[in-house]
Amino acid sequence: MMETGFDVVLALMLLGVGGWSIIARNMMTAVIIFIAYGLLLSLAWVRLHAVDVSLTEAAIGSGATGLLMVIAAHKVAGDSQRVVRLSRGFHVLAAVFATLVAIGIASLAFVLPGAPVSLAAPVLERLPESGLGNPVAGVLFVYRSFDTLLEKVVLLLALIGVWALARDQDWGGVPGLRLFQHPHSVLMLLARTLPPIGFVFAIYMTWAGADVPGGAFQGGTVLAAMWILVMVAGVRRVPRVSSPLLRLAIVAGPLVFLAIGFLGFVAPGVFLAYPDGLAKPLIVVMEVALTLSIAVILGLLIAGPPRAKDSA
Amino acid sequence: MIPLQAIAETGTTPGGALLVLGIVMPAVALVALIGLGGRAARMIVAAALLFQLYVAVRVALLVAGSATPLAYVVGGFQPPLGITLRADGVSALMMVVSAVIFLGAASFAWKDFAQARGQPEARLSLIFWSALLAMASALNLLFTSTDLFNLYVGLELLTFAAIPVVAIKGGAETLRAALRYLLFAVFGSMLYLFGIVLIYGAYGTLAISAIAAQVQPNAATLAAAGFVTVGLLAKTALFPFHLWLPPAHAGAPAAGSAVLSALVVKGSLFLLMRLWFDTFPSLREPADMQLLAFLGALAVIIGSVTALRQPRLKLLVAYSTVAQIGYMFFVFTLVPKTAGDIVASAAWTGAWLQVVAHAFAKAGMFLAAGLVAEVLGHDRIRDLGGLSARAPLVVLTFAISGLSLMGLPPSGGFSAKFMLLAAALAEGHWVWATVIIAGGVLAGAYVFAVLARMMAAPTKAAELASIGRTRQLIALGLASVSVLMGLMPLHPIAFFEIGRFP
Amino acid sequence: MSAVLLFWLAGSGLIGLAVYGLIVNPHPLCKLLALNLLGSGVFLLFGVIARRGAAAGLGGDPVPQALVITGIVVAFSATAIAVALLLALHAEAGEASLDQEDEEP
Repeated sequence: MMETGFDVVLALMLLGVGGWSIIARNMMTAVIIFIAYGLLLSLAWVRLHAVDVSLTEAAIGSGATGLLMVIAAHKVAGDSQRVVRLSRGFHVLAAVFATLVAIGIASLAFVLPGAPVSLAAPVLERLPESGLGNPVAGVLFVYRSFDTLLEKVVLLLALIGVWALARDQDWGGVPGLRLFQHPHSVLMLLARTLPPIGFVFAIYMTWAGADVPGGAFQGGTVLAAMWILVMVAGVRRVPRVSSPLLRLAIVAGPLVFLAIGFLGFVAPGVFLAYPDGLAKPLIVVMEVALTLSIAVILGLLIAGPPRAKDSA
Repeated sequence: MIPLQAIAETGTTPGGALLVLGIVMPAVALVALIGLGGRAARMIVAAALLFQLYVAVRVALLVAGSATPLAYVVGGFQPPLGITLRADGVSALMMVVSAVIFLGAASFAWKDFAQARGQPEARLSLIFWSALLAMASALNLLFTSTDLFNLYVGLELLTFAAIPVVAIKGGAETLRAALRYLLFAVFGSMLYLFGIVLIYGAYGTLAISAIAAQVQPNAATLAAAGFVTVGLLAKTALFPFHLWLPPAHAGAPAAGSAVLSALVVKGSLFLLMRLWFDTFPSLREPADMQLLAFLGALAVIIGSVTALRQPRLKLLVAYSTVAQIGYMFFVFTLVPKTAGDIVASAAWTGAWLQVVAHAFAKAGMFLAAGLVAEVLGHDRIRDLGGLSARAPLVVLTFAISGLSLMGLPPSGGFSAKFMLLAAALAEGHWVWATVIIAGGVLAGAYVFAVLARMMAAPTKAAELASIGRTRQLIALGLASVSVLMGLMPLHPIAFFEIGRFP
Repeated sequence: MSAVLLFWLAGSGLIGLAVYGLIVNPHPLCKLLALNLLGSGVFLLFGVIARRGAAAGLGGDPVPQALVITGIVVAFSATAIAVALLLALHAEAGEASLDQEDEEP
């Protein structure tokens, strides 16, 4: 009863806060509300017994996405477009249409087959072969590792997509993420003290991900957050996009993933299958490399395209 | 981890590993390119694309030789836990077509995206070649994967590879086109993904063969099919979702436009056909399919009429893509639920010939349009005069590509439209038959309008730039393929039927 | 009311709100926010499907949960590209607007 009450409040808050982010007049307000919405959503994921998703939602869906949108809202704040000049009738029409969509989708809950189908049992059945304890990690790195491999290629392409927008004369420069001319001393202090702690925490999350919720993505996000803090405070120079070391860090994860995939051709003879008994150590190696690459890519995606060379 | 014996039973066919290589090798090349930097780009791309062609031809030969599809169980886990790749006749066909067009486009772009010796890495080089490799990988994935979520990742990869190619030249108009394209594509993917959620909820699997085996025409499945279809229509730019396409395709560099129009829009179309013919074949109710054909017919008419009114050549060619995509949607109504007769086979062959002929013709035409813009310094149609004297090969390329778009013999476009027309008439679909003919006439109007301007006397003594012969020959070569296809006999092609789910 | 049904309804409502936002908000950043809301609604529905599949001692079917994680990463990638495009457009045109300007002659 208590729990149902909590769920009802949570669901209503999701709708309320989500709706607020849509109708907020000011773009920065809308984006900040969206971040709060993301945190509520992570809570909903816990209620749905999906802690791995909850962590990813908090880190990526709310955190990294939110940060990107805050930066965007800050820069385009002056756009007049926000003042909606559409007619009242159009709004009503849109609202009616959206309501119909929502009702239609809601009613599908009642037409799904009564007996739920699930792959939980088959996933668990073969999980011991891999030595992993976390079934979600099992799906991501054993059964459907092909999806996960392609997802890393998607991340590389996102970086190419962001870098494509640099001006030619700026190419080879450093990505820009300097929000303050003279960073506050507290920020500097944080940027000097937090990263080592974050580093240890990130390693723990990656390491633990094999058996309990967590993993490369969550660990990578924590590392990326530390790096962004350092970038914003200007404590360390950001490497140029053409720096060979930076490039190596970007491709390390996908490279190790591909290499392990090809190793499968040799033993046991199937792409992306792991040699007998080596599944867990190989996955851990892969996750460590992925954590590094994810951290660097996330940081670079948020930093944006490189700026002029002399602004380093 | 998996005993060897189990592997032998997993359904992987001899040569199945080629399907993995077709997807993964371009990704390996991409990783190498980013890691080593743009300076090594062209060598890496050349090696990867040649290998791509080798893989595609091998797959096609194996499929043709055994008359059965190739399959590979990735990671050794059979569906529903794992993911299987499978190449039937049309997969093999599209792999070969895309490998050839990628090679053509890459050779065309060879000099434009070169990296000066001894200079630091150039942005254009890194971005363009990376995007091209990712497209090659994503398309092979879309042609061979049989898992609906894996296909979703492939769709996204294809979009994210296409966006940088659209945006690469910069400028407000291009950036706006890229942004609209991206927002549209993401919206489409979300609808597709929601359809998948429903399918998983109803069947507990995402494997196409497993869904096909148990599909029921219940409300959840119909809703899923609807969401997936609308999502893919948005990505394929079928009318009325076509508005993002022309500015995006026209804004890219010529080689980019060529692959976008020839191949990238076909990726989501391919998936749409996979869904209706392989995943939910039993749901293909004639009345619903008429709706797709109706949108296709509107695309043919409105796309062609809008093309006629374009002031710029690249936009005209892009609107022609909107129109030519429309033809491919007649297949949904012309191949009835209970397939198997000669008429259905003719429609099936016709639709795939249309996909392939349009790919080559449009690749040739966009490259020609790029060369026109380079020679004249602009692509305004009313000022094309004098081109035929200065660049006759370019005009010839435009003309023979146009032949296929109009559907005049001899050309692949003619064979395709003839077979679609024959099937439409045999089944009594006189409305679609009329549209097929009207679309040809309208295409004739916009192609001849352009040709007439090209042959006209120069409007003013303009300064003309010179273009190399090699690139003209590449454009002509691609366009010629669409004409040579017209020499094939006009009857259903058995290869296209290999491995179709019953 | 069970949590499954409750969160299904919430997900449906979120999708409706996102659709409304997509239609009425002309600014690309607002559209992007609405698309993210749409995505989160779709993911939430997938989470409900996963929760329905609780079995074998697990609180939910791990397959959809893993797919949602991949989906969140892919959606984030799209957002990163979109924000970069938006800012480049803003820098180039002085305003990030999706409306076509008059064609240059």
